[in-house]
Amino acid sequence: MTLMKIDQLGFRYGDPWVLRGVTFSFAQGDFVGVLGPNGSGKSTLLRLLAGILTPREGQALLEGRPVHTMKRREVARRIAVVPQSYEGIFAFSAREVVLMGRSPHLPSWSFEAPHDFEVVERVMEQTDTRELAARPLDQLSGGERQRVLIARALAQEPRLLLLDEPTAFLDIRHQVEILNLIKSFNKKEKLAVVAVTHDINLASLYCDRIILLDRGVVHDDGVPEAVLTARNIECVYGTPVLTSRHELTGRPVVAPRAEIW
Amino acid sequence: MGAFSFPTSYLAVTPARVVKISLLLCLLLVAVALASLFTGTADISIRATLREFFPWASFLSNGLTEAETSIIMSIRLPRIILAAIVGASLSVAGVVFQALLRNPLADPYILGISAGSAVGAVMGILLGAGAWSLGIPGLAFLGALAAILIVFGIAGREKRRGTNTLLLTGVMVNAFFNAFILFVFTISDHVQLQRALNWIMGDLSLADERALLYTSVFLVLGAIFIYAFARPLNLLVTGEETAQELGVAVEKTKIALLTAAALITAAAVSASGTIGFVGLIIPHILRLLVGPDHRLLIPTAFFTGGAFLVGADTLARCLVAPAELPVGVITALCGAPYFLLLLRRRLRLTS
Repeated sequence: MTLMKIDQLGFRYGDPWVLRGVTFSFAQGDFVGVLGPNGSGKSTLLRLLAGILTPREGQALLEGRPVHTMKRREVARRIAVVPQSYEGIFAFSAREVVLMGRSPHLPSWSFEAPHDFEVVERVMEQTDTRELAARPLDQLSGGERQRVLIARALAQEPRLLLLDEPTAFLDIRHQVEILNLIKSFNKKEKLAVVAVTHDINLASLYCDRIILLDRGVVHDDGVPEAVLTARNIECVYGTPVLTSRHELTGRPVVAPRAEIW
Repeated sequence: MGAFSFPTSYLAVTPARVVKISLLLCLLLVAVALASLFTGTADISIRATLREFFPWASFLSNGLTEAETSIIMSIRLPRIILAAIVGASLSVAGVVFQALLRNPLADPYILGISAGSAVGAVMGILLGAGAWSLGIPGLAFLGALAAILIVFGIAGREKRRGTNTLLLTGVMVNAFFNAFILFVFTISDHVQLQRALNWIMGDLSLADERALLYTSVFLVLGAIFIYAFARPLNLLVTGEETAQELGVAVEKTKIALLTAAALITAAAVSASGTIGFVGLIIPHILRLLVGPDHRLLIPTAFFTGGAFLVGADTLARCLVAPAELPVGVITALCGAPYFLLLLRRRLRLTS
């Protein structure tokens, strides 16, 4: 079943269009990667999907309703966003941060009920963050903090997870850990995932579908094998590349040509 | 590290815990207030004073003389109540401003409310408040409102550019009004100059029934209103966009909370002058003691702020008796060193 339908979406802050004519849709259980060079409109697209920005043209429909017109609480019960980094001031502990994920399910003037604590315990177990529970977030390492933010997103019990460069500051082991975690939720619980990333190879391995953005328009959209061709990458990123196949999965692997040799 | 040995005695913020801690701190406030009531230049028997409040307890003493009754009931008591109200107001407003501006150095005066209020009060004192039916507090309140309108008017224009614009606008309005006051002070050789200066340093002896009434109304209504937003405030502290993504209507919430905190501050300042540091340090002390959750922070700041200012004002009354120190001197003398410690801790954490 279609979860989100993005129809002729366009946005601009000032004069030039940041994003224009973007059309695609995805369903429960899809894992979509959004690739494109700096300034191609990836993050803007993510914020439009989350309903944070109001489109100038077209609309993003969540279960049939324009997402930017929905109440923030309603959106937050369906869509969770994992940001690139945590920018909180004052030291909340990891458990307090994960508990905040229950917020869209609580009426104002109320405290968490036993059920909320159960959900939080469960997602912290699943994200392997229970031993971090009492520690302030600003004292955690990048990978630990990212796991806590994913736990917070899962505590929202969303149908769609939006990821903004989820592995940007992590080493390869932690990148893989985080993506395996997300992939397992994607498969087991039919959680839809849209991830914006700069990492072409990780996207190729984990996504079922790649949307390649170029200066605000969709350059190509399809399975990794079809989209991640040398021709596409060179055209969009403007740098020569070599492509090969991942030995285990057969997915495309992209490397710069590095003509300095 | 393996098994992590952090004391994981995690205490959830539950209604029972909030009520328990708040009641405890409320008792602290009452205790400090009672101690303050019996402390002062005039040596008044504690037992006689108790008799005054509980007439049935005639075994305690023969009661107070008329002069003593008058000192307790019309000088000390209103002053203590005003100190509690103002301390609670500034502390709650301080919590809100620090969270909304996402700045640990923010205080209730940061948006120019104090300076605007001071312009109103100083003009009233120097031009003769008798000429105005509003009195000094009324003029001070108008000055504060003017500052709020100017800051919100200018910063509000720049939609969603957010807290830094608000902060800078506030700092500018503050600077302008303060410069204006200095200018007036310099060119004036008015006999009332000392009185104006006292007002600026904070003066709780201005307590009268009218002041107690309107400051307490603003405080109680404002604090209840703010408490309704306690959980959204937690989310706002972790970032405005994050708060939005977690279901908070950020713009509406910000405007509602800023307005409530600004009005509480305006009422408190207009009745007592600009008493510094309370609104800055009480929120920080309580974050250290009870954690950063606003559902606990707001009520505890309320009572602790009240107790702190009652205590500070008692010292102000008694330290150099029969003269009196401005209470702002005491709060700053206690507050500034603490503030520096805090700053050092912050520097250590960020480096």
